[in-house]
Amino acid sequence: MQWTTLFDIALGAILVNNFILAQFLGICPFMGVSKKMDTAVGMGFAVIFVMGLASALCYPVNLLLDSLGLGYMRTVTFILVIAALVQFVEMFLKKSIPTLYEALGVYLPLITTNCAVLGVVLLNVQNSYNFIESVVYGITGGAGFLLAIVLFASIRERLEFSEPPKAFRGFPIALVTAGLMALCFMGFQGLQIPW
Amino acid sequence: MNIFYAVLTLGVLSAVFGLILAVASKVFEVKTDPRLDLLLDCLPGANCGGCGYAGCAGCAAAILEKKAPVNACPSCTGQQTSRIAAVMGVEVKALERRVAFVRCSGGDRAGRKFERYVGLEDCVAAMKVAGNGTLQCSYGCLGCGTCTAACKFDAIHINANGVAEVDREKCTCCMQCAAACPRKIIVSMPYAVGVVMPCANHEKGAIAKAHCSVSCIGCRLCEKNCPAGAITVNNNVARIDYDKCTSCGTCVAKCPRKLLTDINATGKVEPVA
Repeated sequence: MQWTTLFDIALGAILVNNFILAQFLGICPFMGVSKKMDTAVGMGFAVIFVMGLASALCYPVNLLLDSLGLGYMRTVTFILVIAALVQFVEMFLKKSIPTLYEALGVYLPLITTNCAVLGVVLLNVQNSYNFIESVVYGITGGAGFLLAIVLFASIRERLEFSEPPKAFRGFPIALVTAGLMALCFMGFQGLQIPW
Repeated sequence: MNIFYAVLTLGVLSAVFGLILAVASKVFEVKTDPRLDLLLDCLPGANCGGCGYAGCAGCAAAILEKKAPVNACPSCTGQQTSRIAAVMGVEVKALERRVAFVRCSGGDRAGRKFERYVGLEDCVAAMKVAGNGTLQCSYGCLGCGTCTAACKFDAIHINANGVAEVDREKCTCCMQCAAACPRKIIVSMPYAVGVVMPCANHEKGAIAKAHCSVSCIGCRLCEKNCPAGAITVNNNVARIDYDKCTSCGTCVAKCPRKLLTDINATGKVEPVA
């Protein structure tokens, strides 16, 4: 196990190949719940949580599929696994850790079939990560989501008070902002790690 | 053969997950009082916060634990309240319907400090940036719409004169607008009574008059003439005690500034002056 590899994966997931701003996965919650800072933070942590768990659970499922030569069934199977997982986790939290359940609230079921969550498990397979690498990629991918949505929410809270031309008000200017943020994150593409 | 494996794998996986979820839903079942859902059904669901709890769910939980009275929700109509009372198995007395009221009608008719305010369209910002507001009058409505944004019921809007005006039909008296208003000039009043005093200016008559053409000058004519003794002039502004007001209209006729109005008679807050 190379710590440097894990660091590589983490840095890649958070900055260089940020799920939202570089891979354009999970745009719906990014636009949908970024109007207020507290909802954005709630969503961000829910995504970290679900992405980490989904990566862990989908790894053995993928091994099973591979051993049966059913690689083409990955997408549909992963959707099933993630949906069941989120349902289970929700029930478990409601009973065992009500405070965490309250904190994640409505965001947990919301991201059941989010493309970022499905994306992370498919990318794990594509990049042929092992179990630990998969989990690290899942969690840091979620952290990248949190970073992007928190930055975006703070900009949007200010946008509320600005006066763009009428045609740009609301979603159009938010989309333009998201595009500019994606451009900024392009800067990380040149990031060189000295090993 | 391959398709058989595919169907079998997915089928088995689904069955296993289904079984796990079914077991989990029993194992991790959280018993909730069935009355909680009934209460949530009765509440308006706007999460206005007028009850003082973090939303309708919080209010329902508080009512259930008897921490809050059955009429805790200020937005509920009498019918809704009696449904809540029925769920909880108690009697409730009919509550008088109240609405919010903005104690200002100045707007365009109030003197400005500047020709034009180009700052943020937000009353709190206008208060801070423009040194206690953009108006010469330091009590009047700034008309930037902070209350409109706070209202969950679409019941308060900036009218043609540039003053916030409450839509009495839509208003539920949750008083979120009053909490949002940096001038603190939004008050609650009974829906049935229409006599209002749309000014909150505490300045002496001459100054109030110079600042705004629709201001109370504290002349006390209303106070002296009110047969019910419902009006008192304190700090140079008239206030109506709605426990005593009989909507007789004497003050409306006497007010030299034509400021006191009976909204139920005229339909809106529109001083003639």
